[in-house]
Amino acid sequence: MPDAINKVTIDVTVNGRKFRRQVEPRMLLVEFIREELGLTGTHIGCDTSYCGACTVQLDGAPVKSCTMFAVQADGCEVLTVEGLEKDGQLHPLQKSFSEHHGLQCGFCTPGMLMASHALLTDNPHPDRHAIKKAIAGNVCRCTGYQNIIKAVEAVAAGAKE
Amino acid sequence: MYPAPFRYHRPANLKEAILMLSTLGETAKPLAGGQTLIPILKLRMDEPTDLVDIGRLPDLRFAKNEGGWVEIGALSPHGWVARSDIAKAIPIVKDCAGGIADVQVRSRGTIGGSVSAADPNCDWPALLNTLDAEIRCAGPEGDRTIAIGDFITEAYTTALQPGELVTSIRFRTPPPGSGGAYIAYKKAAAAFPVVSVGVQMTVAAGNVCQDVRIALGGSGPKPRRAVQAEAELRGKTLNSQAWQHAADAVAAVAEPTDDVRGSSEFKRQLLRGLLLKAGDTATRRCANATIEGSHVYA
Repeated sequence: MPDAINKVTIDVTVNGRKFRRQVEPRMLLVEFIREELGLTGTHIGCDTSYCGACTVQLDGAPVKSCTMFAVQADGCEVLTVEGLEKDGQLHPLQKSFSEHHGLQCGFCTPGMLMASHALLTDNPHPDRHAIKKAIAGNVCRCTGYQNIIKAVEAVAAGAKE
Repeated sequence: MYPAPFRYHRPANLKEAILMLSTLGETAKPLAGGQTLIPILKLRMDEPTDLVDIGRLPDLRFAKNEGGWVEIGALSPHGWVARSDIAKAIPIVKDCAGGIADVQVRSRGTIGGSVSAADPNCDWPALLNTLDAEIRCAGPEGDRTIAIGDFITEAYTTALQPGELVTSIRFRTPPPGSGGAYIAYKKAAAAFPVVSVGVQMTVAAGNVCQDVRIALGGSGPKPRRAVQAEAELRGKTLNSQAWQHAADAVAAVAEPTDDVRGSSEFKRQLLRGLLLKAGDTATRRCANATIEGSHVYA
């Protein structure tokens, strides 16, 4: 183990706001988001890259923030679940999860939202198979997925051409 | 979970990365997408003193088909490869790249990182064996090209020397009349494949197999060519009897281990089934049929 570890200065834009922080290189992106920035909407579930509760978007792509170092996000734009609402209004996807009972305990919800938001950004009219594939890296232990898929389908059906 | 402390370095170019890794010595590790390395560090199965972040090195994210060779840059993420023109033109590449783990891992994980990690169950090594690929490397002693069969020497072990990095992967552009399929069987998206089968073949008039390569994942410490299975098909009419003989040969050559993913006998049976499925898809793709889908979930 090296005897002296220098902190590294990073600049990260999170939900449109610029942050400059000094971090230890081994700090995970999810810890940075939760502990340094106080954005606790992003959850740590399995902490092994399996469950997807920590999913955020990095420059628009969904990533598991427990399997990335904060230093790797230097100069990048991060979108977390807190960035979905606008002016106190829930994002249509969030509303749809509520309307379709797409959550029960809510632990997986931030990751489900960020993974399905990434899908809809890339493909506004996904079929059921594409939705399932997009959330295949996100584990839910309450709802059995059906209502989550319905919630995403409803937003896709309502999206303007 | 936190990895043990390490020093972090971000070289500006490949030359600088090689110099850094050579200077820092064997306790330094390159970090590309981190989808294999970071979980290992978090479990403290490895505690490097230094990480050299090669993830942003310029010019190593590309996929091209020129002069009879397909070449993919080492830092091309799986998801990016799956959406590339190469994947559209060569469906077996899409089977593999688009099926690896889940969309989040495919955003970050790279083809170069995957072959360098050399996990016996990983998708890219098995696929690249199917395509008889070559691994292009750059190191302190210069550049070299290594056949995939020689590149992966053991489970989690490659021919890479200290300071040496994979820069690209290349294979011959499949000829007209050829087609392939790669199928991995997984318990869940984020889980490693239990076993996988890749088939790349050329079918001549009269449904005669002109040429074929078959490789197996999760069937030994490194990806395994099923040479006898290939011999059962090459030059023969592709009927169900020929495929059954090939499936027998696949089951005979595979040496899967008993583990949490299943017994060795279960895995042998899986391999038989996957060979027949991959063989069927590959044959139909030789006739230009469009068939989507690759990985099979439990």
